[in-house]
Amino acid sequence: MLPLGDCAVLVQLGDNIDEVTHTKVRLLADYLDRHPFEGMVEYVPAFTTVTVYYDSLRLYRSYLQETADGDRIAAAAAAPASRLNAGGGGIEAEEEAYPYHVAVERLKRILRDIAVTGVSPPRMVEIPVCYGGEFGPDLEEVAERNGLSVEDVIEIHASGEYLVYMVGFAPGFPYLGGMSSRIAAPRRSTPRLAIPAGTVGIAGEQTGVYPIETPGGWQLIGRSPLALFLPEQSPPTLLEAGSVVRFYPITRAEYDRWEGRGL
Amino acid sequence: MSIQVKKAGLLTTVQDLGRVGYQKYGVIASGAMDPFALQAANMLVGNEPSAPGLEMTVLGPTLEFDAPHLISLCGADMTPTIDGTPVPLWRPVLVQPGSKLQLGSVKSGCRCYMAVAGGVDVPLTMNSHSTYLRAGIGGFHGRQLKADDELPVGRASTVGERIEAKLLRGGNGAGIGGGAHGGARDRAFSAAAWQPTSRMMPAYSRDPDVRVTEGAQQGLFDADTLDAFVASDYKVQPQSDRMGYRLAGPDLHMRERVELISEAVTFGTVQVPPDGQPIVLMADRQTTGGYPKIAQVISADLPLMAQAAIGANVRFRFVSLQEAQELNLIMQMELEQLQLGIRIHYI
Repeated sequence: MLPLGDCAVLVQLGDNIDEVTHTKVRLLADYLDRHPFEGMVEYVPAFTTVTVYYDSLRLYRSYLQETADGDRIAAAAAAPASRLNAGGGGIEAEEEAYPYHVAVERLKRILRDIAVTGVSPPRMVEIPVCYGGEFGPDLEEVAERNGLSVEDVIEIHASGEYLVYMVGFAPGFPYLGGMSSRIAAPRRSTPRLAIPAGTVGIAGEQTGVYPIETPGGWQLIGRSPLALFLPEQSPPTLLEAGSVVRFYPITRAEYDRWEGRGL
Repeated sequence: MSIQVKKAGLLTTVQDLGRVGYQKYGVIASGAMDPFALQAANMLVGNEPSAPGLEMTVLGPTLEFDAPHLISLCGADMTPTIDGTPVPLWRPVLVQPGSKLQLGSVKSGCRCYMAVAGGVDVPLTMNSHSTYLRAGIGGFHGRQLKADDELPVGRASTVGERIEAKLLRGGNGAGIGGGAHGGARDRAFSAAAWQPTSRMMPAYSRDPDVRVTEGAQQGLFDADTLDAFVASDYKVQPQSDRMGYRLAGPDLHMRERVELISEAVTFGTVQVPPDGQPIVLMADRQTTGGYPKIAQVISADLPLMAQAAIGANVRFRFVSLQEAQELNLIMQMELEQLQLGIRIHYI
């Protein structure tokens, strides 16, 4: 475990992007969903890490409450700032009371408890994609680069099963694993300034779909009519870390009928 | 009750303390760039510290009040006036109906916060009132304010009402304001004579000394680079915004080029992209990133960073994680005591 500043702990659960590490990340994330500890604010799962944000003051006080005798609680709670300021600005408490230390101890306890719990089954999400045309201006380039026909690229892309390792960059933007290297293509040398929401792209051996309009350097191969970011709903995104994604091709007419609807 | 926007200013948005709990979905936290100033502003008008207020950037707006409103202005000095009379910062101010509050260009700092008793009454989106500009959600219709907007205002708390009543009676040091004679009702506004003690204020400065703790990848940088990082001025570049501060100074070199696996980044993370020029991530940062993190601005000094204007020279200094934690706890406890003090005084 490592500090991310004075309000978060980064828990490192592996060194490589693989399914074993991903399962550990999900185990911890699931556990924190069900049993957030006192003073925890939120967590962010990534490929090999879970970062846990905490409220320093709540952690500090909950530690004092857990451990200290009544006098010390009363003293700390009654005149906190003056107490902290006394003696040259140092906290009088021992190292164990520092919020980072308290958070690490609670997370250690959680990591010990976690082995006995299971991970919830992955959620399957099927995403319709209208490939090529104005929605996928780079589809032909991806095909050419790999010595394939456009149909081959669509076939290969739509036959894969993709694991959402993490969500980041934009709301609901999935970092997907599992794309065939046969349709890999490097990022564009000049990023586009605005890529419309729903656009499906390829960058290196990764594929992904843009939930909101953003600039980006991916090769664009199609667009989905599905809304991936739904701020009024809970959860607010179609995809979460741990979801499994399949793409399937639809026609332009189907796209037009679908646009704007949710799943 | 509402406030009329006459001129919008450069970038005026509704912000609270941010969108908590949604970063795992890739939803950015947003919220006030200077959380100290917003919290203080709220407390001065009897609000909860996390109530939504206005964040006004570099060039402030002009606002007209249709009813008596208790407001406070904290943070950057935009030489605010009400009907031509200068308004003090960091105080509760009772504005009379028909008065016009005008904020100009920043004289010092970068962002000024206006709290109004009852808060700016905008709906919650994903549990926050903060504006998320790129996604067009939250705050006032998901966007920055523009002329002719009408800002709804919520109901003042009991403390807010008491402060208002006292300022109206003109007691307890009230009386700064337009028109030296007559009752509070005849003046455009009346401001309380008290303000938070200067002891609790962040050390705001044009060229701030910003304390940092070690970043997770600090070890990837050689000793000379780390020396340069703390021994040099880093100038705030014009491309800086709510997402991050781009700084220019001596290049920060890694001992070897390493591809990192993306992981969470946070408010104050100092990351170094391949060009060697550091970026300090701010309120609208992405949730995750893959650049090496050389340092992390301590929470207590985020207000100093947030108030650095374009062209400011920032100097970094490493402190221990323990010191960072102590300073953060002290800042939060002092804010708590300010709120408590105001409550005790008025109830």
